[in-house]
Amino acid sequence: MNKKMLSGLGLLLGAGVYAGAATALEGDPEQGEEVSRVCVACHQADGMGKNNPDAESWPRLAGLPEAYMVKQLHDMKADKRHNASMAPILGTLDDQDMADVAAYYAGLEPWPELPTAYHAADSDDDAEWLAERGDWENGSFIPACSQCHGPNGQGVGDSFPPLAGQHEAYLKTQLEHWRNGQRHNDPNELMAGVANRLDDDQVEMIAEYYATLPQRLEARGTEQEESAQ
Amino acid sequence: MNLPKSRWLITGGVVSVLSASALGLSLAALAQDDDVERDYQIQLPEPPEGEVTFTPPAESSLGDDQYDEMVRRGRDLFINTQSLRGENVFNEQNCANCHLDAGRLAHSAPMWAAYGVYPAYRGKNDMVNTLSDRIQGCITYSMNGKAPEEGSDVLVALQTYLHWMATEAPNNTSMPGRSYPTLDDPEKEPDRERGAEVYANQCAVCHGDSGEGQKVGERQVFPPLWGDGAYNWGAGMHRVNTAANFIHANMPLSKSYSLSEQQAWDVAAFVNSHERPQDPRRRTVDSLDKTQELFHQHQGFYGKEVDGKRLGDHENFGEHPDGIDD
Repeated sequence: MNKKMLSGLGLLLGAGVYAGAATALEGDPEQGEEVSRVCVACHQADGMGKNNPDAESWPRLAGLPEAYMVKQLHDMKADKRHNASMAPILGTLDDQDMADVAAYYAGLEPWPELPTAYHAADSDDDAEWLAERGDWENGSFIPACSQCHGPNGQGVGDSFPPLAGQHEAYLKTQLEHWRNGQRHNDPNELMAGVANRLDDDQVEMIAEYYATLPQRLEARGTEQEESAQ
Repeated sequence: MNLPKSRWLITGGVVSVLSASALGLSLAALAQDDDVERDYQIQLPEPPEGEVTFTPPAESSLGDDQYDEMVRRGRDLFINTQSLRGENVFNEQNCANCHLDAGRLAHSAPMWAAYGVYPAYRGKNDMVNTLSDRIQGCITYSMNGKAPEEGSDVLVALQTYLHWMATEAPNNTSMPGRSYPTLDDPEKEPDRERGAEVYANQCAVCHGDSGEGQKVGERQVFPPLWGDGAYNWGAGMHRVNTAANFIHANMPLSKSYSLSEQQAWDVAAFVNSHERPQDPRRRTVDSLDKTQELFHQHQGFYGKEVDGKRLGDHENFGEHPDGIDD
């Protein structure tokens, strides 16, 4: 190996170590609350964001996994997830700020915990079917959303964020961004591939399904309690 | 033992007993446990090439009669096999983990194609194996479990679900899309180290750095690939070729055929060279050597030395309550 290659390798390794270190910084939620002053105009003081059907929607941050948020912030700063509103703000934040603010929002309010028990999907409900069984036939090859995002789309680990209870317009926009390449920060392009195989109706349908799922599950639970009495 | 002797071919029984005796097995052990005789993994001929034309019926076509209700019960067991945890299932697996789309997907060992190829004769033990035997084998090995009895609610439900999926499928015919597509022999010997790299880059995000899978609450989302929660050393999936075939056609989930064939072979070798619950047939055989000799004449790591340790050299049957009787 010649010197040039070695120094190139050093750079690569260095970049890897740097990126790893930046996303592994420990976040301080108290410091994060200070940082969050630049966030509240959109994401709201309670971190619940806002659904804006005809303009940019602001996602709920409260209760998202900390590591997931750190990665998103770094990815937006690096333009792997293109976002014109976030870019100027992220320009003012350093790695520690991003770690702190993610820790703050992760601890603000827990993401709703939804039932995990198996529930047979209703074959007459297209949205529930897509969420729980997918759309495999005719070469679509779309796994059920729950196969990665967990039962009732409540998220799995740090890489598969919760969908249930996120704002409808935000979910829809993300699927569109996976499709048009604005967002390309998914592990192994798993989401981009699936999003590209969804049709427009499925995008609308599934965004609405997950945005409203917690309320519907709650209503279903209340009905069951009432009928049991 | 659930198998009536009448299902055996008489000459076959004699041959098996003789060969088993020659290997030093006691006849008493054979009489007590058919696992010794019943190597469920019938290596059927490769599925035919060609376009997949069969489509199983849609669930929306199910009505309310007792047959349809039994189909639904079987479907629920197929997707949520964990409902049998502690009774029949002693690991973290569901049928639908390895038979995608609830057993409907072509090239993912779909049930509509499996149904009509049983009963099947297998030369190695000179025996005709039924669909019940096959399902019982899956539960014994892939679910590290206790096989449900013939005629039990569980077995009837699963068979009914399979029967329904095969509606209008040709009988006693190997259909295109059956099993997993058979890969050609790899260019290079499957390599664990190259496989570890593929695993870290492509698989760990779901199945975890240590093959432990991921759960939400009690619900398994990504199945464990090794360790106590995984398929045991007797399961078909522990074979490097079977896993490579499955992986190439079906993994990473939603990215079928994205790995090169060599990557599929390498990562299969990596995954399957980790410890997992003991082969249940080891209970009835005196030693690891004999278990290996009798049941592991195929592409796998059972009994082989990896990183200074011999795989399968333990009495860990995972959560399964039965150990080796001394």
